[in-house]
Amino acid sequence: MKRSSPGAWLAIILGVTYFLAPLIATFEFSLRLKRGEYSFEAYRLVFESGNFQSSFLYSTTVALATIVIGVALAVPTAYWVQLRLPRLRGLVEFITLLPLVIPAIVLVFGYIRLYDSSSVLPLTGSAFGTNILLTLGYVGLAMPYMYRSVDTGLRAIDVRTLTEAAESQGANWPTILLKVILPNIRSAILSGAFLTFAIVIGEFTFASLLNRPAFGPYLQLIGASRAYEPAALAVMAFAITWACMGLIQLIGRGAPGAQDTR
Amino acid sequence: MSAIAPTVARPRITLSNLGAWFGVAPFFIFALMFLIAPTVYLLIGAFQNHDGGFTLDNLARLGQPSIRNSYLLSIEVSFTSALFGALFGLCLALAIVRGGLPGWLRPTLMTFSGVASNFAGVPLAFAFIATLGRMGFITVLLNNLGLDLYAAGFNIFTFTGLTLTYLYFQIPLMILVVTPALDGMKREWNEAASMLGASQAQYWRMVALPVLWPSILGASLLLFANAFGAIATAYALTGPSLNIVPILLYAQIRGDVLHDPNLGYALALGMLLITGLSNFAYIVLRARSERWLK
Repeated sequence: MKRSSPGAWLAIILGVTYFLAPLIATFEFSLRLKRGEYSFEAYRLVFESGNFQSSFLYSTTVALATIVIGVALAVPTAYWVQLRLPRLRGLVEFITLLPLVIPAIVLVFGYIRLYDSSSVLPLTGSAFGTNILLTLGYVGLAMPYMYRSVDTGLRAIDVRTLTEAAESQGANWPTILLKVILPNIRSAILSGAFLTFAIVIGEFTFASLLNRPAFGPYLQLIGASRAYEPAALAVMAFAITWACMGLIQLIGRGAPGAQDTR
Repeated sequence: MSAIAPTVARPRITLSNLGAWFGVAPFFIFALMFLIAPTVYLLIGAFQNHDGGFTLDNLARLGQPSIRNSYLLSIEVSFTSALFGALFGLCLALAIVRGGLPGWLRPTLMTFSGVASNFAGVPLAFAFIATLGRMGFITVLLNNLGLDLYAAGFNIFTFTGLTLTYLYFQIPLMILVVTPALDGMKREWNEAASMLGASQAQYWRMVALPVLWPSILGASLLLFANAFGAIATAYALTGPSLNIVPILLYAQIRGDVLHDPNLGYALALGMLLITGLSNFAYIVLRARSERWLK
């Protein structure tokens, strides 16, 4: 074992200072609403606000829908590519990575022009249609993480043998996917789900430009009009992100090859 | 139909894998409708005039001073945050991989990096306002120690402030991307070099860096693209005052501030070109680095 180098310690200490300072500062700031004493008043005001509740509920609903659709797209695709269409692997992986290359603001600009009220598919013409568009947009944003997580999970199990065993028992494709494959990659799916949730819950660009009453635009509005509540909200947002990542680690511990977060 | 397909054949639809093609069809339809078509629509629009005819005029008009300055500012912010993010991220990654530090530090830092690289957007801006804003924790703390940041010219709502804020997700991203590459460096290389009489400096200059530079440069480009496309943090932090390209495009989508939709498409094309090229270079460099680091 090598000795610890002083340079390494210096880097770590500087890094820890830079990373912890904003967390401590934000927490301290969030307690300052009442003059002269620390209190959780800012949190109370946030929780009591109707806009907080409705926007958080809205974004949670969209996040759950995003997860369901994301899983429904990623699992069969990754499964068939692995089992029957390995030649498509490169193309599929390339497509799943597109949302990391195309900036979200460019993508949503395209949505607004392509699906406006005068187009063939006027999704932005109604609130319901716009909700669908937002959700599908999020499915795209989360696809790089969801697909990769599912694909890694599938690689860790013997897809072929499981499929053949199920087939020999007379199971059809939907049954195989739902009852055999899905339970076996549960932890990979949960990882993808939590990461999706962390991305979607506070997303700003899509929600704001599609005029949806989501949590991200609410955050921005509070930031522009209040002093202490934004700090309280930042603490909550960090806690949510931390909880999602923590759960992924926890789930990943038991499953082979499902621990990667990026 | 021959039973044995030639190995170079493209994937073809046969009866036996028809089910498989049905299985992947929803994914391709989704990608076409919500990733590819919207992007292509903008790309085509960037080359069209009001009547739908072909033109290069929109692209030429990206050169007008206000737009050119937006691009320059965006590139400057992305470059600076990528440079420092890569530098500090590399230092931290080196510290946990080769620094001989206690074992629990590495998983802790990696987990934290996973969180922090995803902790972007509006809340990140709030956190930095609470830290380094005029009434922020650190500002007040330093003030009590007799150091007035704002009198010294610092302001969180400026270029420096934005860059400092971006580093909060850039450094962790660098750590996540570059640590596997550092892990790939074999200890034997160092031992072999020193047995042949090389100093540590020579080892780094002649062995480690030539192997590592594609990874480091590639990761830096990824950081650059990452910052270039980001908008929420900047918008929540500086509002429309710091006119980076995503914020200009945001204003254009909201209210057609350029008074010309096609110019908006060209703006989007410019962004896509920059993030696309950086990502492409990242992929090429990563493939190159994997030759040694597998």
